[in-house]
Amino acid sequence: MSNYITLSYIDLIAGSAFLILNALFSILLRLKLERQLLVASLRMIVQLLMVGLVLKTVLALSSPWLTALIAFCMIAFAGREIRARQERQLKGLWGYSLGTGAMMMAGMIVTVFALTTQINPMPWWSPRYALPLFGMILGNTMTGVSLSLDTLHTTLYRERISIEARLLLGHTRWEAVRRITRRALRSGFTPIINSMAATGIVSLPGMMTGQILSGVDPQEAVKYQLLIMFLIGGATGLGVIGAVYGSIWRLTDKRHRLRLDRLKPESS
Amino acid sequence: MLHITDLCTNLIGPITLSLKPSECIAILGASGSGKSLLLRAIADLDPNKGDISLFEQNRREIEANIWRQQVALVPAESGWWGDYVREHFQSNTHTIELLKAVGLPDALDWEVSRLSTGERHRLAIVRALQREPKVLLLDEPTAALDTKATRMIEDLIVQQRSKGVAILLVTHNIDQAKRLASHTLSLIKGRLKPASETQA
Repeated sequence: MSNYITLSYIDLIAGSAFLILNALFSILLRLKLERQLLVASLRMIVQLLMVGLVLKTVLALSSPWLTALIAFCMIAFAGREIRARQERQLKGLWGYSLGTGAMMMAGMIVTVFALTTQINPMPWWSPRYALPLFGMILGNTMTGVSLSLDTLHTTLYRERISIEARLLLGHTRWEAVRRITRRALRSGFTPIINSMAATGIVSLPGMMTGQILSGVDPQEAVKYQLLIMFLIGGATGLGVIGAVYGSIWRLTDKRHRLRLDRLKPESS
Repeated sequence: MLHITDLCTNLIGPITLSLKPSECIAILGASGSGKSLLLRAIADLDPNKGDISLFEQNRREIEANIWRQQVALVPAESGWWGDYVREHFQSNTHTIELLKAVGLPDALDWEVSRLSTGERHRLAIVRALQREPKVLLLDEPTAALDTKATRMIEDLIVQQRSKGVAILLVTHNIDQAKRLASHTLSLIKGRLKPASETQA
């Protein structure tokens, strides 16, 4: 940590010079992106400054209740994002709770497992470790769950006639949707598999880079990164499997019927 | 054999109807009157209320997938999931005989994407019959077929009746209903009304 170089606000302003240059190019080339660039940059500045303040307070207070509250806020926002990313959503409370529930269970199980067995901070819920770890796991699980649910619902709707053809031939609901289940699961797993395959060659992960920049030995940073990737992969798999099978259970019934009446129409 | 009592869905019913072995009842009705919904409800493909029994056994006591093998529905639009016709059939002599009966003896090796609407329809009927159902629910089985193919399907219906299979036939073709059915009923605003009695 002794090599850690602190940044001043002047450094940040200088760092934004190329972004400002991009906004100038947008004006010159009439791309009409300058407003979007400005709004996105301002949003990012406000969000990160606020999260910095919140984390500083949470780390200083080191309260388990406050840590849990922040974790639940993260779950609530991620759940909203899962629902928003689906073209066809489950009707009613299911639309929010199924994806959120699967993501939350997977994220919490894996995070608590890592905190209590591998990382072992004191106390085990120490916000300095628990919140960043949970955030990384939750973010990736959210992507997997939303992709798999979107694929599942869209494909179930598009291929309803062939699914019902199978049901009419005496297949059970699980047999009738087997191909679509596999497709949905694969789409949820693909980002993390691609990410694992590219890590270290195409990209250097943000967390590892951050640790190296703050003076941690690269080999130690790599060990942390490997642990995080294992945890992210595990949680994404659990979340995707839970969400896909839960949704199939909801979109069929005990009489082996396809219940697309429980799906909302396509969002425009 | 098949007894339907007060069958209702959100859009049709209550409907009461009985089918005896070898009997064929034709159901006529304007588009949107609920003919297809009635067949779907009997096949238990849509949520419904009421009592249905087959050979005195209530449908509730039978697993839905077993029920649909005994009471087979061939919808107006057939669904296919594999690339080749073979993937949708049990390859045995019974299937080959049925394929010959509808004029498609070599169809197992064909690609699904190259099938015409008429071929799809004929194959869908064979697919339902290969499990030897007790009741056959046909939703406009000859709507997309030429005269020759229509005759093949009608012959197949007559043949199945002679084997004891009861048939509920939804059709827009009054002449076909007269040719094939022992009774003709009309579905008007989701309810069955007697149309005219004809002899098959």
